[in-house]
Amino acid sequence: MSESISLRVNGIDYPVTIDQGRNLLSVIRTEVGLTGTKEGCDDCECGACMVLLDGQPINSCSYLAVQAQGREITTVEGVLQGDALHPLQRNLLEEGGVQCGFCTPGMIMSATALLQRTPAPTEEEVRIGLSGNLCRCTGYSKIVQAVQRTAAELADS
Amino acid sequence: MSFTIARTLDEALAALAAGARPIAGGTDLVVGARHGKAPLPADLVAIDRIPGLAEVTVTAAGITIGAAVSHHTLEGHPLIASTYSALADGSALVGSPATRHVGTLGGNIMNASPAMDTGAGLTVLGAEVELRAQAGSRRVTLADLWTAPGRTSARPDELCVAVHVPTPAPRSGSAYLRLEYRRAMEIAVVGAAAAVTLAPDGSVAAVRVALSAVAPTILSLGGLETLAGGSVNDVAAAVAAAASQQATPISDVRATDHYRRHTVGVMARRAVAAAARRAAGETIAIPVNRSIGIGAAS
Repeated sequence: MSESISLRVNGIDYPVTIDQGRNLLSVIRTEVGLTGTKEGCDDCECGACMVLLDGQPINSCSYLAVQAQGREITTVEGVLQGDALHPLQRNLLEEGGVQCGFCTPGMIMSATALLQRTPAPTEEEVRIGLSGNLCRCTGYSKIVQAVQRTAAELADS
Repeated sequence: MSFTIARTLDEALAALAAGARPIAGGTDLVVGARHGKAPLPADLVAIDRIPGLAEVTVTAAGITIGAAVSHHTLEGHPLIASTYSALADGSALVGSPATRHVGTLGGNIMNASPAMDTGAGLTVLGAEVELRAQAGSRRVTLADLWTAPGRTSARPDELCVAVHVPTPAPRSGSAYLRLEYRRAMEIAVVGAAAAVTLAPDGSVAAVRVALSAVAPTILSLGGLETLAGGSVNDVAAAVAAAASQQATPISDVRATDHYRRHTVGVMARRAVAAAARRAAGETIAIPVNRSIGIGAAS
């Protein structure tokens, strides 16, 4: 049975009419129309679908959209600073932390949550923070470096 | 089909009495439905916004953990890390940071997987679960709660609202370790928790051990009373032998029964050793797996 609910994504309320079994990922991509969030394994293993719910990372492929009512959802589109890239996005590009790019939106969301909670993470803390995100291109080291460089830049600013 | 967000415990209990099933983080329920393990229940009641259900409370008898407390809260809670360490060790191993933020202790317990990471620790700590229905509440031991893989003795109208864990005796420590093939989004190949109380002379006054992923439910090792008075090393060796002997593992995609029977003894020995070190006052960072065990940072 369809239900009319409101989802708040990147600070904007979107009215959507959806089946209660629909996952948040598919609603963000097809009803809200924001396709930065990716579907990878669709099984809560790879982290490509990571979004923030009230600032904490969740796998949107395995979370019902109706569960997210009344919560603040943040997707990769929401981390842009106006038209400018977030320092994390810029550093991922400059450090070579992006190859095919499919895992990148999920990596950015996990790293954003990590840096909110732990502004100066150790390498081990970065690796734990990103442990729910798989990357099959980079070997992770350049992604970890990009996160640590971002932490250092944000601490200086 | 309905989805209701309960604002009070009474609302949730009324929905359960009318046939709805509870959902908190949904990490088992939603993934299970997508796997075809069980279809998503037609009527769901969300219990993740009920005031008080996500709180950790210190009581005269010990600690009361609300069913909706997340693994993230448990792994970082100072009192749980220092005094109920085996639970913190287990919570810190669940899934990934995302899973730990939405996944709850009540959900982990009521999902009743024999491979769950919090169950062995709660068992050695002597935890009891509080089940509540409209008619009233009751407390059950974990041994009485888990009846088979994915099965509990709770009635459909009962909600797990809290877990009660008694204060450990002085000079006690606990630990949970698991064998894993990767460090995140992993399910225990086998796991073991131990709670050790040391005598003033450093010998073992009492030891309790429970195993995960080697039986239809979390397995509490029997016959350990006779080990009291032994040295930590002797007790750990005897526990390892008992663990391998009492385990009744299956072969599946993660391991053969033969491999599980051997490795659960290794995990049990290490759990006793880590618990004894904590009982002696040493701090081993949560989780033991990352500090000294398999998966420790090199």
